[in-house]
Amino acid sequence: MPSSGLKAIAVLLLLASPLLVSRRACAQGNYFVTYTHHMEEPGNLEFATKSVSGFPGAGNAFWGNAVEMEYGVKTWWTSELYLDSQTTANESSVFTGFRLENRFRPLLQEHWINPVLYAEFEDINSADKALLEVVGHDGIADFLGRNDRSEKQREVELKLILSSNFKGWNLAENFTSEKNIAGEPWEFGYAVAMSRPLSLAASPKACRFCRENFTAGAELYGGLGDRYSFGLHDTSHYLAPTLAFHMPSGPTFSISPATGLNSNSHGFLLRFGVAYEINQVVSRLRGK
Amino acid sequence: MSVKRFPLLLMSFVLVLGSRLLFAGAGDGVWVTRVPDKQRTRENPFAGQPEAVAAGAKLFRQNCSTCHGSEALGTKKYPNLHTEQVRAATDGELEWLLKNGSMKNGMPSWSRLPEQQRWQIVAFLRSLQ
Repeated sequence: MPSSGLKAIAVLLLLASPLLVSRRACAQGNYFVTYTHHMEEPGNLEFATKSVSGFPGAGNAFWGNAVEMEYGVKTWWTSELYLDSQTTANESSVFTGFRLENRFRPLLQEHWINPVLYAEFEDINSADKALLEVVGHDGIADFLGRNDRSEKQREVELKLILSSNFKGWNLAENFTSEKNIAGEPWEFGYAVAMSRPLSLAASPKACRFCRENFTAGAELYGGLGDRYSFGLHDTSHYLAPTLAFHMPSGPTFSISPATGLNSNSHGFLLRFGVAYEINQVVSRLRGK
Repeated sequence: MSVKRFPLLLMSFVLVLGSRLLFAGAGDGVWVTRVPDKQRTRENPFAGQPEAVAAGAKLFRQNCSTCHGSEALGTKKYPNLHTEQVRAATDGELEWLLKNGSMKNGMPSWSRLPEQQRWQIVAFLRSLQ
């Protein structure tokens, strides 16, 4: 199912893209794990894929993928659906579940620190390798099980997103809490990131590879244990530089090689993302 | 309808109606009254620079034209920018609007564009008048 489903979505996107005008993707901005306070513009729909490749020494290499559809319901409310899948070398490709998330911006003006409230429901199984966040005691051992595991994980996730823009820099901090509704304890995680466009002013010329279209930054993310053993120990942590290229009137490409910071982490993860935004999708469908 | 569902439906109705009433008060031009005095008098560092106008036009096409139209004449749901209200606004007020948006009226915040790019858009808007 996953490969055919993903292929169908990719074909649809390719067919639709020449008919549509796209704009700079915003969603998670230039990051893979950390969220900023920037919301999807109302009426816009963004399609994105976020993939992560890992090469655990004690197990098979894997490619986790999340297909994301993000819709701006209001200027202060963004809703998203994720479809997760993964391929593990010498095993198989599997669809691992879905996530439904909503982000709300309670303060309707810019401040030094801009909070956003995030609520998500996940229905995924234990073979999921999308690695969209690290919480609790997540570690490399979670990636060594076989794909035929079918243990369901229905979880709720809440995030407090704090984000600031200052002199062209974006600084974002996320505090994550997640609970398996089957009765496991609350687990916690963090993500911190900063980034800046390579040029703050735009060039007057129409150019594809102008410096203003590139944004560089770094992310730091990891787990914080659970309510019974809170802290930085027995979990994994990653440091990852990020680079995004916003093609004018086209997709945004981003890449992030992550380094594990302790023995519970993968030594190396390579993330790659593509995002494409369709403006005013409902108006277009109605022919207005 | 089951009796158990009635409070839930009533609550949903009150929430929807409440949000409608809350946002009904947000009319055109209210945003100007919210601009801090210090911001109103800020000068555009790119004022009078033709290159900034060209860059602003490019940014406008990429970020604003879907709603406001390629000539900034507005669309069915979104306003024309060739109006007296825009003409009367100071550069500082326009930059403040781009940064903060007018979220109750559907205008998003463009704080993710660097300040320099917002000023370039303001330079372009000035060139329209």
